[in-house]
Amino acid sequence: MSIVRKPPSRLADSLAQIGACGIFLFRILGAVPLSLRYLRETVRQVYFVGAMSLVIIMTCGLFVGMVLGLQLYHTLSIFGGTAALGTVVALSLYRELGPVVTALLFAGRAGTSITAEIGLMRATDQLDAMEMMAVDPLAYVVAPRFLAGIIAMPLLACVFNALGILGAHLVGVVWLGLDNGTFWSNMTSSVDVWSDVMTGVWKSLAFGAVCTLIATFQGYTTPPTSEGVAYATTRTVVFSSIATLAIDFVMTAFLM
Amino acid sequence: MAQRQSFQIGTGLFILLGFAALGYLATQTTSLANYRQGDSYAIKARFTNIGQLKLRAPVKIAGVRVGSVGSIVLEPDKLDALVTLSIDKRYDKIPDDSAAAVFTSGLLGDQYVALQPGGSPDNFKNGDEIVLTQSSMQLEELIGKYLVGGDAGKTGDKAGAKPDAQSGEKSGKQPTE
Repeated sequence: MSIVRKPPSRLADSLAQIGACGIFLFRILGAVPLSLRYLRETVRQVYFVGAMSLVIIMTCGLFVGMVLGLQLYHTLSIFGGTAALGTVVALSLYRELGPVVTALLFAGRAGTSITAEIGLMRATDQLDAMEMMAVDPLAYVVAPRFLAGIIAMPLLACVFNALGILGAHLVGVVWLGLDNGTFWSNMTSSVDVWSDVMTGVWKSLAFGAVCTLIATFQGYTTPPTSEGVAYATTRTVVFSSIATLAIDFVMTAFLM
Repeated sequence: MAQRQSFQIGTGLFILLGFAALGYLATQTTSLANYRQGDSYAIKARFTNIGQLKLRAPVKIAGVRVGSVGSIVLEPDKLDALVTLSIDKRYDKIPDDSAAAVFTSGLLGDQYVALQPGGSPDNFKNGDEIVLTQSSMQLEELIGKYLVGGDAGKTGDKAGAKPDAQSGEKSGKQPTE
């Protein structure tokens, strides 16, 4: 982008990147009304970043839930508190692990493909061709992916949480013999819809926006070479992961 | 055309699945799952100390959940806690001389209100007040009493209009269940 002009140092380079990314966010938001004309494209992107990620999200959710069930069962049994297993698993999944792990998987599964796709469009001058045809690439290519990420991420996180609970139930109740009623009744008596379930939904909305912003930004501004696309893809995963975890801390502090 | 159809169906399924998961989480694994009790009636109870009792804590008779704590407010003039208990309409045969006590489930568990049925022929109606109440047992107070050894003052039960039968002679000890 033209904003990154002869940076004097690496620090200034990074700062310029962050600034350019922020400006890019506003350009996307400006293009969102225009992109409503390409609603079908948004639906297609929801399919690609959301529905196609279901398998990995569901598998990982099940295993994370099973591991949580196993680990917490052994820890809680030291204090004779295995009755709290359902509560602890549900709270840690809804509030932290669900949104965060989903965002990390999303960055690896969907973020990289967004970056590579847009990066190759840039490298093969497709984005310029669109502009020549008076089609705004921000509205036609970037904004649908951005919206799709915001739509898909909370839904994926909910699926992840549901599978996680089932995994913990499988380990705690079916295998380790915890009482079924205790597991569910302790969970239902201490988990709240607004302060627990919806906290996770707000978080994953933010993660969806941040991860797709980084992915589209990296793809859109990549140097038009195969090496540039490769670096951009790597940076997408690295920056998305860092941003997810950092924003998670900030949001936890605010939403507590 | 076939391609377009398939991704649209896939997207629809994905969105449905996502919202189904959200609905499942919200209704089956949270406190909303306890709201299906339907109609309830309210009875009031005053406690000098409710300990860690929270809103929506369970109300139990003989260990069975019959309702939940609807509201907790401090009475400005009497300075004790006025707790409203929402009792499920199904349980409308609770004698009106039943006693309420704040207990802890397990050593470190959450606190709940236990109703101990009395023998009166009349039953609680909406808006009635429980006369016999027993406050939450405070571990610190108990320890303090055993350390000091003597009568540490009346900290335990709030007897209201009818004096509690036990509180006269055993004021030094907390009445146990």
